[in-house]
Amino acid sequence: MKDVKVIVLRTAGTNCDKETVFAFELAGAKADLVHINEISRGEKKLDRYQILAIPGGFSYGDDISAGKVLAVEMMNKISAQVDKFVADGKLLIGICNGFQVLVKTGLLPGFGAGEAGSGAAKQSVTLFDNDSGKFDCRWVHLNPVEGNVCIFTQGIETPIYLPIAHGEGKLIFDNEKTRDKLRAAKQGVFKYSDAAGKPGPYPVNPNGSEDDLAGICNATGRVFGLMPHPERHVLSTQHPRWTRGEASERGDGFAIFRNAVAFASMEL
Amino acid sequence: MAKKTASDKTEKNVNIETVEIIGAGDDALVEISRSRLLSLNLLEMRKIAAHYKKKGRNPTDAELECLAQTWSEHCKHKVFNGIIDYSENGKKELIDNLFKLTIRNATETIRKKRGEKDWCVSVFEDNAGVVEFDDDWHFAFKVETHNHPSALDPYGGANTGIGGVIRDPLGTGLGATPIFNNNIFCFAPPDLPHDKVPKGILHPKRIFKGVVAGVRDYGNRMGIPTINGSLHFDMRYLGNPLVYCGTGGLIPVGKMEKQARNGDLIVAVGGKTGRDGIHGATFSSLELDHESETTSSGAVQIGNPIVEKKAMDVILQARKLDLYDCITDCGAGGFSSAVGEMGKDTGAELQLDKAPLKYGGLAPWEILLSEAQERMVLSVPPKNLAKFMKLCERENVEAVVIGKFTDTKRFVVKYEGRMVADLEMSFLHAGVPRYPRPAVWNTPKHSEPKAPAPANLTARLEKVLSSYNVASKEWVARQYDHEVQGASALKPFVGADNDGPSDAAVIAPVLGSPRAIVVSNGIAIRYGDIDPYWMAASAIDEAIRNAVAVGADIDRIAILDNFCWGNPDKPDRLGDLVRASRACFDVAVTYGTPFISGKDSFYNEFAVEGDTIAIPSTLLISAAGIIPDARKVVSMDFKSAGNPVYALGVTYDELGGSQYYQTLGHIGNNVPKLNAREAKKMYKALGSAIKKGLVRACHDASDGGLAVALAECAFAGALGARIDARLLPRDKKVKTDESLLFSESNSRFIVEVEAGKEEEFAARFKGLPCAKIGEVTDKKRLVVTGLKGKPVVDADIRKLKAAWQSPLAW
Repeated sequence: MKDVKVIVLRTAGTNCDKETVFAFELAGAKADLVHINEISRGEKKLDRYQILAIPGGFSYGDDISAGKVLAVEMMNKISAQVDKFVADGKLLIGICNGFQVLVKTGLLPGFGAGEAGSGAAKQSVTLFDNDSGKFDCRWVHLNPVEGNVCIFTQGIETPIYLPIAHGEGKLIFDNEKTRDKLRAAKQGVFKYSDAAGKPGPYPVNPNGSEDDLAGICNATGRVFGLMPHPERHVLSTQHPRWTRGEASERGDGFAIFRNAVAFASMEL
Repeated sequence: MAKKTASDKTEKNVNIETVEIIGAGDDALVEISRSRLLSLNLLEMRKIAAHYKKKGRNPTDAELECLAQTWSEHCKHKVFNGIIDYSENGKKELIDNLFKLTIRNATETIRKKRGEKDWCVSVFEDNAGVVEFDDDWHFAFKVETHNHPSALDPYGGANTGIGGVIRDPLGTGLGATPIFNNNIFCFAPPDLPHDKVPKGILHPKRIFKGVVAGVRDYGNRMGIPTINGSLHFDMRYLGNPLVYCGTGGLIPVGKMEKQARNGDLIVAVGGKTGRDGIHGATFSSLELDHESETTSSGAVQIGNPIVEKKAMDVILQARKLDLYDCITDCGAGGFSSAVGEMGKDTGAELQLDKAPLKYGGLAPWEILLSEAQERMVLSVPPKNLAKFMKLCERENVEAVVIGKFTDTKRFVVKYEGRMVADLEMSFLHAGVPRYPRPAVWNTPKHSEPKAPAPANLTARLEKVLSSYNVASKEWVARQYDHEVQGASALKPFVGADNDGPSDAAVIAPVLGSPRAIVVSNGIAIRYGDIDPYWMAASAIDEAIRNAVAVGADIDRIAILDNFCWGNPDKPDRLGDLVRASRACFDVAVTYGTPFISGKDSFYNEFAVEGDTIAIPSTLLISAAGIIPDARKVVSMDFKSAGNPVYALGVTYDELGGSQYYQTLGHIGNNVPKLNAREAKKMYKALGSAIKKGLVRACHDASDGGLAVALAECAFAGALGARIDARLLPRDKKVKTDESLLFSESNSRFIVEVEAGKEEEFAARFKGLPCAKIGEVTDKKRLVVTGLKGKPVVDADIRKLKAAWQSPLAW
């Protein structure tokens, strides 16, 4: 297997970076924590890496709206490198705040990409204030959408269990067309559900997301974003009920990192 | 009124005032202190006047402010370190330095006794207490209070409370990486009718919600998990809510030594200086009243967590590169305190005009004293400056050289070349006068309920479960990110539906290593109305038994004390402090659990209509235990039907101060006592049983006694239990079911043992109070047989859970 290099992008207000590095390294990759200024100043280059991860946190305090400032920075300061990274078919994952960044850049769901001559076109989906009106830290079940094209979740066929921790996680579409297009292209990846895979009101769907969507990908399945935190469930003791004998040695989130690293090793 | 003799103005309209105190009489000295919010008393003002008389000049405004801040109760702990003229039930004695005799003495005694096995690294010296964690890391822990600011501005006060305490471990040694926060709040009941709220006080529900939001927004943005806490309610917190915020961190072994050197540059990192937070240190020595919002709102700081997060990120990188010699946080007293402390043994020269400001128009003394947030002060050798500045610049962090450390043993402050202050370090740090304060404690007598209890106690159990003190606090905990950093190994809420109350939190902070920290707390407010000695003893026991309940080893538990008290100039308040402190010594030494850090906050009183509302004397004990393997801990929820249930510890007739009595409107007199020597034997035995894997669930009995503990174990596990209370180890004075089920005697646990392991389990408790009292069932009912052989509790666990969850399910 080829060595896989992961870049975990950070900036003011990023957190979850160290556990994201840990999860990728547990999956066999080598991960670097890099400040966005290091890329914009040319001190580090995106094309040295096969996987780019934008971790959770509160980039720039989530001022304006969650992830917005970092999205603007990515599209202005380092857009050429990001566009090439995506065009090269490399893997990009945004977790929680990183997902918020990806929808605000338009990279997710990526509709219109290429149409305007750019890798990322206009924003068509957003993540809005939770219906509960408050930040919520709890565990949720995620049912994989059958036949979804996401590279990161191949082989996940039954609901997985991960924590969320966000105040702005309600996924909404700009219009019905976007929703239909996403459905048709099998770009919905995970839906909030109960343990058996059935949808339900709060707290099953913890934020009121349309179509119960917790995570989506782009048309190639290589750009993926989700609100729950897979990096917080890679070890058995991270499971909230491991003392009840409900956990296995590797947490449910591990498969996402393992899949990414395996794919990058073979294909990139 | 003091006459302003000189007013030195520049083009920039900057005032450096000289304050006439040399010739001032007592009345004038008192008036200067009052009108400038200095919180210095006449004795202290006289000492300053005499000092300046000898120097032959009057002090500048900045010098006076700097002295007031350094000598403030908040910074100097004059009460705890002072002389106390104490009378207990008529018996008199003179106590010289209560803190040294009790808290500090306990730690020194324990450390001496452990000799080579002493695991304390730094206690009572630095910004946080430090103990050993593993071969690579030490563990630092500090808990602070931010009470006065939270009374005036709940959101801002709590926001900067958590922001401030995060900077404590960050400013300990050469900087600890924060790994968790804890929060403990005390409020008046949130359902208080609006017409019962006096003028100038915010409604307790508003304070509650504002404080939670403030802590949430700062802690979550910092990426530090909030893993442990508690909430307590009492009418006397109406004018003065208590907001305890704590932070734990890891510091690399070998990065503890810090010393600013002559020639090092003083570098301010992080936030800019503004007019927010002026007089925070001295403001905390004032009783509040209905005008406080007008007179003192400027003492409340304004927080910006992202500025702090950025500063933290670069400091932790600079720590790795060894770019600085010393670091401290700008907390109470701002630059005055931070630079004054760092340069205590050397000397420092500060150029205030270099400090980055939020806006213009600040007088030099305001820049010196401002407690604006998110600022750290570092001592950087000139050879490392360029590298350090580059690091900061790359991450958009503001860093500015604002002076240098010297060898003059003077604290010199300048503004555009002009002298703002020139103080001898010796007078600044050791000049404060000591004088005796009177203290009294007399045993009180309270009413007891007279009416006999009903034969069936189910309804009373539901009432206790739905009292605010006992009820579920999940609404609060879920708003805090308790999972970030990925270290969580036992969460604040556990059980079949993730909603049972965990006794303690466990984190394994070095990802991939099972070594872990158990974090818990103890507080026993109502017992203090009967006897502060047993209140303090019970708070320590609760913190420790919470940690032991999940699997901590009592030989590896460190504790922190946080005293929140009323006005210490009132003898009864100070008498409480003496009683409580003595218990701290006695219990900590017997348990062998050192105090590693602590804090005191006095003057928690609110003046209303010629009287004051004083808070009950409140001692918070936070505990942290180091364990080798997180995979060995247990949670409190029942696991499997058929497993036997054991009770550990003796139940005494101790309903005094209980939650049960409170729901009946009484305090009582039989306060829970503590036999620490016996308890320690049991804690060791329980620790070994958990480590051996014999225990499936363990829960301590605290507020609401055994009845509440059993109900919680059952509904958290979504299982029932059949219990025979006649089998409980009990004192012969226990003659009623209510006493048996609701007494809050210390050092007791409910334990679910793996079926078939009964003998192995019981063998570890030979000679100790341990009895099998029933078993876990799959019936979803809690059935308790009372002393007369009939069921005294028989309830659906879903109904009990609803009673417990509903009050604070906002």
